[in-house]
Amino acid sequence: MSEAILHRIDRPKGRRVNPAERKELADMLAALLAYGSTGEMRRERLIEYLHVIQDARGHLPIALLAALAEALKISQAEVYEVASFYHHFDVVEECPASVTVRICTTGACALAGGATLAAKLQNLLGADVRVVEAPCIGRCEKAPAALIGGEALGLATPERVSQALADTLSPPESKATPILLDAYAAQGGYQLLRECGEGKHDSDTIIATLEQSGLRGLGGAGFPTGRKWRIVRSQTAPRLMAVNIDEGEPGTFKDRHYLEREPHRFLEGMLIAAWAVGIEAVYIYLRDEYAECRRILTAALAELAGQHILSHALPRIELRRGAGAYVCGEESAMIESIEGKRGMPRLRPPYVAEVGLFDRPTLVQNCETLFWVPALLKDGGASFINQGRHGRKGLRSFSVSGRVRQPGVKLAPAGITLRELIDEYCGGMAEGHELYAYLPGGASGGILPASLADVPLDFDTLQPYGCFIGSAAVIVLSQQDSARDTAQRMMTFFAEESCGQCTPCRVGTHQAARLMAARHWDEPLLRDLAQAMTGASICGLGQAAPNVLLCVLKYFPDEVGASDPGTDVAGRSVSASGATATA
Amino acid sequence: MSEISLQIDGRNVVAGKGMTVLGAAQSAGIFIPTLCNHEKLKPFGGCRLCMVEAEAGGRTSLVSACKYPVQQDLVVRTRSGQIDNIRKVLTEQLLAFAPDSEVLMELAQEYKADKNRFAKEPSFCILCGLCVRYCAEVKQRHGVGFIDRGASREIGFIPEIAASECWDCKECFPLCPTSALQAAFVLVKSLTPSSPSPS
Repeated sequence: MSEAILHRIDRPKGRRVNPAERKELADMLAALLAYGSTGEMRRERLIEYLHVIQDARGHLPIALLAALAEALKISQAEVYEVASFYHHFDVVEECPASVTVRICTTGACALAGGATLAAKLQNLLGADVRVVEAPCIGRCEKAPAALIGGEALGLATPERVSQALADTLSPPESKATPILLDAYAAQGGYQLLRECGEGKHDSDTIIATLEQSGLRGLGGAGFPTGRKWRIVRSQTAPRLMAVNIDEGEPGTFKDRHYLEREPHRFLEGMLIAAWAVGIEAVYIYLRDEYAECRRILTAALAELAGQHILSHALPRIELRRGAGAYVCGEESAMIESIEGKRGMPRLRPPYVAEVGLFDRPTLVQNCETLFWVPALLKDGGASFINQGRHGRKGLRSFSVSGRVRQPGVKLAPAGITLRELIDEYCGGMAEGHELYAYLPGGASGGILPASLADVPLDFDTLQPYGCFIGSAAVIVLSQQDSARDTAQRMMTFFAEESCGQCTPCRVGTHQAARLMAARHWDEPLLRDLAQAMTGASICGLGQAAPNVLLCVLKYFPDEVGASDPGTDVAGRSVSASGATATA
Repeated sequence: MSEISLQIDGRNVVAGKGMTVLGAAQSAGIFIPTLCNHEKLKPFGGCRLCMVEAEAGGRTSLVSACKYPVQQDLVVRTRSGQIDNIRKVLTEQLLAFAPDSEVLMELAQEYKADKNRFAKEPSFCILCGLCVRYCAEVKQRHGVGFIDRGASREIGFIPEIAASECWDCKECFPLCPTSALQAAFVLVKSLTPSSPSPS
């Protein structure tokens, strides 16, 4: 990190730090600082230090924030700004409760009664337990889901949450059974990476194969992977890499699904990318909600470092922990967060491929994109090229949740329609539920009526309908649900997750969420807001936030009393459930 | 080539390499509204009033003039139906927070904004960040910062720093487009009994 980034302040400012507080902080951070580093504190690791304090004390006392600012030689305002930005940090003088229970109330968990569960738990559990309604925690196949002191619990009921609370004193056994290094290597794992290191492949051929395979960024933006590698490789060294496992788009849980099963396959893909692009250091940004993935990845990285199965030197790898902020899934916001700052998206140009992490050229890739790399390179891309339906090519990992019989991650041909996906991969609709609507790409990808269930689902196929597939998070709604309520809840989610930097998103999402709670929507006003959000927001959060709103106006006008019925109507009006806001 | 020629509203403008579209427009006497830009501060791009249409290589996009760099043969349009409507809505949004701000009233007149279109939430702060950034970038005092995020975002003084640093400075006061800053500072002053009194 350059000196320019650090604001050196020589004289003490702000709150005075006493020796006891100084020692308390030093003791807390001792273990972290001793682990794999020089023991020196680094400004960029501010969020890691805040996690240590939050984990130890259950909150962030002002005195320790002041001590942290002093130790890092930065201003208290800077520490406070960062700490107050993230949901998982509690900047308060008193510990709010001995344990925090987060109940997901977005996406499939909302349909499964997440908000009701949260209210029940609030009454049931004493003041010592804090119940918080939380945005998607990536357990949508087991809705409603909860995080209890950071550990995930699916199919949550008041009884199951109480039971889990009784057990929180002892750390839970890992429920996932990932393939360990030996088993992965026995299947031929890391062979390709080893051959790369031994000079048996050249990076041009590797990149060309990826380009032929048609692999695109599976975090949602769909940028061609091979081309991205080529662009970053052409930049001046040192080059860095940031792996995005923030997976915050409501309804998405594919990255978790793969990490819990085959962490080494992802790591091999990551290291092949690092080798081909000439990467000096890799930063893995994992969302804080995925405690189990954190353990799995930590163990897998330790295995890799401990067993010398590779001949070439690996780049430095750092596993970083998010702190509860959807906007950090946006690549430049993630980069800011890795630098220890608030997750504020950057203005482009410059693009992160040219000026990214620590101002270096940076390759940003989603976890699943890298997961497919080893297999695609081994078969020359055939496993993708030979798949696909309705004129589309490739495979997609659909995170399916909501009113289907068997929710979960479904690896299906790109271009499959929703109807085919439900019938062939999800065992049909859940008992007593008929298809009414679906969200093809999480909260930001819009919402479509049942009458459009035969549209191919892939990158670029949904734009004519005002939607996009994004991370392929498909949330299925039935006649028991309302598109309006879902859209209003998603807008509330965006309002809570907006970083607050630019006016159209900060004010627009907030105002839209409020206007969408009314029985009859003020269509001209909402359309004006949508135009300002789409046209003037800095990043994709604000630009895509109006999609659900515009889709409801277009496809479900009966639900909101809008004037123009539009062209594609679901064909029936909805009961009184659509009249009041639930979020 | 250190000089770059581009077109703004049909006029040929010559700008230096590294300049922003806003800088180039200002040097040519072409007005683009902005509330968060300041010559002494790094571009922030927060208010979004300076959105303009930029056409390059056959592609037109909406960009913030305060940050977007000039490039050879760029064609910039500072007014259009879409831009005017965006500025109108942004002004209406900000007026809900600072209904009496003179700068906003002027914008409202230009873009036919209705100051009562959104429910009032007077915090008197539009989060342009001029005070926060001036204190950090120019003064390097960090007496005032951004707290929280999204709709809950606000500016806040660090009381102990404010008490020792701000009375002799106050350089951020005249920067505030809504006079909210002074109110915030006075509030902190009232909450910090140990701070020195103004002379």
